Amino acid sequence: MPPILSVSRLKKRYSTALAVDGISFEVRPREIVGLLGPNGAGKTTTISMVLGILSPTEGEIAIEGVPLARERSRALSHTNFSAVYAPLPGNLAVEENLYVFGLLYGVPNLRQRVEELLKEFDLVAFRRTKSGALSSGEQARVGLAKAMLNRPRLLLLDEPTASLDPSVARHVRARIREFVTSGAGSVLWTSHNMHEVAEVCDRVLVMSHGRVLLEGDPRTLPARYGHKTLEDLFVAVAREPLCVREEGA
Amino acid sequence: MISLRRISAIVLRQTYLLRGSPVRLLPLVVWVAIDMLLWGFMTRYLAGIVPSGVQPVLAILGAVLLWDFFIRIMQGVTMPFMEDVWSRNFLNFFATPLRVGEYVAGLVLSSILTSTIGVLVMLLLAGAVFGLSFTAYGFVIVPFVVFLFLFGISFGVLGCAIMLRFGPAAEWLIWPIPAMIAPFVGVFYPLEVLPAWMRAVGHVLPPSYIFEGLRTVVGGGQVSTGELFLSGALVFVYLIGALVIFWRTYRHAVRTGLIARYSAENLA
Repeated sequence: MPPILSVSRLKKRYSTALAVDGISFEVRPREIVGLLGPNGAGKTTTISMVLGILSPTEGEIAIEGVPLARERSRALSHTNFSAVYAPLPGNLAVEENLYVFGLLYGVPNLRQRVEELLKEFDLVAFRRTKSGALSSGEQARVGLAKAMLNRPRLLLLDEPTASLDPSVARHVRARIREFVTSGAGSVLWTSHNMHEVAEVCDRVLVMSHGRVLLEGDPRTLPARYGHKTLEDLFVAVAREPLCVREEGA
Repeated sequence: MISLRRISAIVLRQTYLLRGSPVRLLPLVVWVAIDMLLWGFMTRYLAGIVPSGVQPVLAILGAVLLWDFFIRIMQGVTMPFMEDVWSRNFLNFFATPLRVGEYVAGLVLSSILTSTIGVLVMLLLAGAVFGLSFTAYGFVIVPFVVFLFLFGISFGVLGCAIMLRFGPAAEWLIWPIPAMIAPFVGVFYPLEVLPAWMRAVGHVLPPSYIFEGLRTVVGGGQVSTGELFLSGALVFVYLIGALVIFWRTYRHAVRTGLIARYSAENLA
């Protein structure tokens, strides 16, 4: 099956700083891929480029085979995202936000879809509440409901459970897992919670200094590099990325 | 292909904001009403002291109304843009299939929606309280209104480009734009009273020809067709220029990451 997301030799340079250094990877159908790495590794820059809000210096991105650079609108119509740093406008009510973004994503039967999502994410009681008046956990659920509006083929999640309590976070992980297993789409997921990554992701890419250093199954990858847990491996990459690569070689 | 649904999303967002907040609706009505009352009584006073044959209501109140129309149109474009600035919404909007042209079209349609409210209030007050009727100007008022509308759109789009490029603090550069242009375009006086350098600036601003034309009509003269065409041509130059500048600013913002990080004062 062709990949849902194909990233090829992607590079982003800001004047003298190289934020992303020629990375290539794929996200296959019904796969959850974790994009890991310490702060400044290039994860958010990579996600921004996949979302079309940041143009690469070099390289190509294709979503379901549609080149993002040449057919941005078509490529993004099957994509959606949720990120802690991009809350929905706080001055609109929850259902208003869902209607506005539903129109932007060209969602058919929008009224029905909004009702489904309000129920699915337990937001019915907040439908007329301004999004900015919600708690951070409730706002995260609104963001996830928005991310599911168009039943995306590619879902980009940048720390989607960062502001959620453990119970809600578990529910959200289950929802996303269900979204993938039901055959709806694939997920590119960034998180600093290594237990969560090990639980949810089928495959992880570990980035440092703009490069993908390691790739593999989050349950077996630590042992391959002489570490007990994914968190130990993460810490090793954050402290001495070159040593980790040499040990694994 | 341009999507009407995506354009309507931008208008719907603005409609929700107006519906949900009387604080947003009030300035659309209050400021124009104050302007109309202030200048309406001024012209009523002037009508009593100037020689008969001079028509201050048509010359001054009509000019005030047209100038306010330009301001409403311009702010009608910049206000929904500022809503995106204040709610840090660029990332959300531009990560959707929304095209930049559709976004601008949505801002323009939002402007028509909001400025219509203000214009209706102005027309109502000017007509009912001070007896100003636009039929007195004849058909020439139609191109005047169209050109001022397009000029307002141009400066609205230009204002958005400035804010996108220089960050939220650039909002303070946008509000005074109409007040900075007004002395050069002779809203209340003929250009001939201006010093040469100000007249030269006025000649490249389309409203100059509109307000000169308005005074000519009020004085019983004929508006020069050549000047009307020149005004129209200048308006199109401004409009295309503003759209090109916005497009290039957007491309710059996507290249440098401003769209992704647009939020604070650190962008200037």
